[in-house]
Amino acid sequence: MTMLSDTQTRSKESESDFGFWLYLMSDAILFGLIFATFVVMSPNLAGGPGGRDLFDLANLTLQTGLLLASSLTIALAHHTAANGRSIAATVFWMVLTALLGAGFLVLELRELAQFVSAGAGPQRSGYLSAFFTLVGTHGLHVAAGLIWIGTLIVQFMLRPASPAVLSRLARLTLFWHFLDIVWIGVFSLVYLPELI
Amino acid sequence: MDEPTILLGRLGMQALPFYSWVALCGALVTVGCGLGFLALVTWLGRWRDLWSGWLTSLDHKRIGIMYVILALIMLIRGFVDAIMMRLQQALSYSSEGYLPPEHFEQIFSSHGTIMIFFMAMPFVTGLMNFVVPLQIGARDVAFPAVNAISFWLTAAGAGLMLISLVIGKFSTAGWTGYPPYSEVRFTPGVGVDYWIWSIMISGVGTTLTGINFIVTILRKRAPGMTLMRMPMFVWTTLCASILIVFAFPALTVSTAMLALDRTLGLHFFTIDSGGNAMNYMNLFWIWGHPEVYILILPAFGIFSEVVATFSSKRLYGYTSLVYATAVIALLSFTVWLHHFFTMGASANVNAIFGIATMIIAVPTGVKVFDWMFTMYRGRIRFEPPMAFTVGFMCLFVIGGMTGVLLAIPPINYSTHNTTFLVAHFHNMVIPGALFGYVAGYMYWFPKAFGFRLDRTWGLRAFWFWAVGFTLAFMPLYVTGLLGMPRRMSSYANPAWHPWLILAFLGACLIFLGIVSLGMQLWVSIRDRARLTDATGDPWDGRTLEWSTSSPPPAWNFDTVPLVAERDTFHAAKQAAQPMPHQPADSFDMPKNSVSGILIGLGGFWVGFGAIWYIWWLAAAGLGLIAATMIGRSFAEHTEMRVTPGETGDVT
Repeated sequence: MTMLSDTQTRSKESESDFGFWLYLMSDAILFGLIFATFVVMSPNLAGGPGGRDLFDLANLTLQTGLLLASSLTIALAHHTAANGRSIAATVFWMVLTALLGAGFLVLELRELAQFVSAGAGPQRSGYLSAFFTLVGTHGLHVAAGLIWIGTLIVQFMLRPASPAVLSRLARLTLFWHFLDIVWIGVFSLVYLPELI
Repeated sequence: MDEPTILLGRLGMQALPFYSWVALCGALVTVGCGLGFLALVTWLGRWRDLWSGWLTSLDHKRIGIMYVILALIMLIRGFVDAIMMRLQQALSYSSEGYLPPEHFEQIFSSHGTIMIFFMAMPFVTGLMNFVVPLQIGARDVAFPAVNAISFWLTAAGAGLMLISLVIGKFSTAGWTGYPPYSEVRFTPGVGVDYWIWSIMISGVGTTLTGINFIVTILRKRAPGMTLMRMPMFVWTTLCASILIVFAFPALTVSTAMLALDRTLGLHFFTIDSGGNAMNYMNLFWIWGHPEVYILILPAFGIFSEVVATFSSKRLYGYTSLVYATAVIALLSFTVWLHHFFTMGASANVNAIFGIATMIIAVPTGVKVFDWMFTMYRGRIRFEPPMAFTVGFMCLFVIGGMTGVLLAIPPINYSTHNTTFLVAHFHNMVIPGALFGYVAGYMYWFPKAFGFRLDRTWGLRAFWFWAVGFTLAFMPLYVTGLLGMPRRMSSYANPAWHPWLILAFLGACLIFLGIVSLGMQLWVSIRDRARLTDATGDPWDGRTLEWSTSSPPPAWNFDTVPLVAERDTFHAAKQAAQPMPHQPADSFDMPKNSVSGILIGLGGFWVGFGAIWYIWWLAAAGLGLIAATMIGRSFAEHTEMRVTPGETGDVT
């Protein structure tokens, strides 16, 4: 009976993993279409400022550094949890991930607020509409990820040994790496061409 | 319009439909039906049954049935729109008709939106929900709670659609909502916003359905059921689900960008400040063309099941049908530009998309031949599902041929936006998709409820639908070739007038078809003793769903069936053997959950708040969704252990 129950649990988790991969594929299409729209819209400045006039390399480097570092820390969180190390270590890495992600978001929001106050808000031109939407969609995903991390931290402390919670952490890790990959796309397609 | 307030946004007394008697009647009927339903449930004292048996149920069969009920309700609403349009065009030769143009525009917009998103999609999703787990020998879908969320998000979208009739006005921009007309500069007010939010919210539900069914089909099949032993309906559901997962993001993106333009003043599709309206057409049809196949592939699956069962023969050319389905699914992503050949892309681009479009006719033709060869030398029983299938084969081929005509860019230029196009796509979706759903509804009804639907009324429904369809839409081919643009509320060309009267008569016959469907249901419930099927296999079926009782237990199969070939159940019957199965076991089934209905409610608040700029309501909706998801993730003991036989529930 216990055996059966274990296989049932395992197969349920593998179904959840598979389903989550499908969701990520769907989300990748969503980002792909926003990227494509951005490319189509990028010449449409309508006399407004372009990326060259707005982007700040220092801020971008810091943002990117925070997000990439958070990808490492979430991987460490999953690694410690999967190897049955102490809960404290797992929670530590998760908290660190959340802080790095929150730092990324703060820098992003500050940058976007600067653009708006400089008269380069999303209403200014087609280019800026696409820019704000692309960066904002990524930012919304990061914010959702932060809520998810917060929930999981609580669940890890309440039910340290639960396989369901561990399996959720595995999917959160996937999600977080996915957001990293999308950011690398944003970095190289949106920012880099304007800054070189 | 007044300045938006914090409490009610831009909602005020002017939103109530006192501006026209037609709109007022629509609103009163909608409200009346809603209140009537609530009163009926209260009077019968069935709130508890409704809540625990249906609204919070995670049983895929119950959810499937709720989807089909939603679809049938919306079919009536969408049909009322249709016959109002036909009446208007029959009357409005050299006159205003009985509808002001602005109202006529709302009606054609809501007709298309309802029929695609809230009739066809729920209908096909409902059938997939009910049938697929039974056909693959599974006890449930992969994610039962997500399944309920999908349903309730669809219901939330449908709710927004229905409430637009009572509070505010609906879009006048057609079911495709093309900018720049749908931008706030040309269409202020809430109509386009109703359109955007109702389809975006239901679209999220559909995406979840797609994921759910891919995992269900690929991971939960009974032992021995290899991919090439799956019933055709399962194959077509799999392909449609893959299309959903890859295509629906495009709908989300295009409508979200339009919403950003309208609500926050962005410039994706505006005609000034660097907007690009044609980008919308691309995004929309990158979703829109696969959507046609999302609707029609499962219908092809139903026809395949029905034609094999009622010809008492193995399905002819199973392998070719599987490959044809996969090829159609793949090609459906390569043809979106044929919806706007006149955009002005170069001749070469148009030629490539034209050729890709024509190529789709090849696998589709393969299918038609397979169905015909299945019938050839079979012992055919003309039960209603089979009648709809044969009717489909005759009528659909006409639509396919006009589709190939429209795929030729020069011809498309001269028929663009005419009623020829309207006739063509109705020729695909009524005989192609809807006849399939109705056939599936009549075919699987005895599985769901334990009694068959009345044959006579079923055949009457078929004849009214088939003749009514022909009479309603063949004239539109003619008027299209005579140069009549679609969506005209009045016209002055005498050559079109007789054809439009004919089309109205056709719509009246379709009305009788819908009445016959209702009569069939009524008569069958009344005579259910006569129509009872105690065997679980009323049609001499071939696939696994017929091997369990009707209605099946909540867990579908007391013992998991073992599959040795494509029609294992039929082979077992031929050999007079019992169905092979695994030893009896215990397993977990999900308990009821309120999460689906709460997330649906949250989705409705988000949509209603965003439409009327009641931002606290939208935020509360988001909060409700997030709280429900987090709460659900903390819930333990969401399942119960079932041992068939111990409960005394086993047949």
